[in-house]
Amino acid sequence: MTDFTPWQSLFGGALIGFAAVLLMAFNGRIAGMTGILSGLIPPLAADWPWRAAFPAGAIVAPFVYMAVGGSFSFDAPVSPAALIVGGFLVGIGVHFGGGCPSGHGICGIGRLSPRSFAAVATFMAAAFVTVFVIRHLIGA
Amino acid sequence: MTMQKVVSAFLIGGLFGLGIAISGMIDPAKVLNFFDIAGTWDPSLAFVMAGGLAVALPGYRLVFGRRRGPVLEPSFSLPTRNSIDRELVGGAALFGIGWGVAGFCPGASIPALGLGYWQVPVFVAAVVAGIIVARALKARLASHKTA
Repeated sequence: MTDFTPWQSLFGGALIGFAAVLLMAFNGRIAGMTGILSGLIPPLAADWPWRAAFPAGAIVAPFVYMAVGGSFSFDAPVSPAALIVGGFLVGIGVHFGGGCPSGHGICGIGRLSPRSFAAVATFMAAAFVTVFVIRHLIGA
Repeated sequence: MTMQKVVSAFLIGGLFGLGIAISGMIDPAKVLNFFDIAGTWDPSLAFVMAGGLAVALPGYRLVFGRRRGPVLEPSFSLPTRNSIDRELVGGAALFGIGWGVAGFCPGASIPALGLGYWQVPVFVAAVVAGIIVARALKARLASHKTA
């Protein structure tokens, strides 16, 4: 069980949306985590410095949040094999699908891209089916 | 100029990570429970999307409405493809399966990378491996098409 956190999630989501708008306004870029990271996987993109700075800021942020008294839960209830297989599929899928929940879900739908609507509907549906199969049919 | 872009990206990345932490999406258990309607359902992820879009939709309109481009770049870098093809749908489907199997997605895992949980670097390494393999596959497919 995890607690339903409507207000915190709404507020956190708004911050993510605000970050997406600011990155477009200042750096002229889509705030999709995989799009940004792709340029850091060799061959290194010419504009790698800002691409490295964005995830670096994101890694520091939880510590800032904890330092001001914030807290969050963390539990990864999956096996090492699931992390490796799942991560590998995410990597392949994100490359062919052209984005992840931050890129397609917030930025893409945020600018009303039909491709992003299709991608989000597809990966959401696939994730619902996958979790249903794993938890209720296989019973893991 | 590069320095300004780096500082800007760092601070905005910080805001993004803060949003991931506060929204609870940093916790894979919460993400997996969103997809488990038949079990321990936690609708929080839908509220994250709603909050994000409530800001991004009007925010982007405002940004793109400016006559000048972005503050630190000569122009906006936007995706140019607009076809909904098999590659997009197939890729997104694989992504969704992986998301449901692992409970992590890239945007939620990166902010958790420094917290000391071994699961996070394992997942991120697997994503990187997947991207490298996908690049090779794509190059191969492209050379088949032209051959």
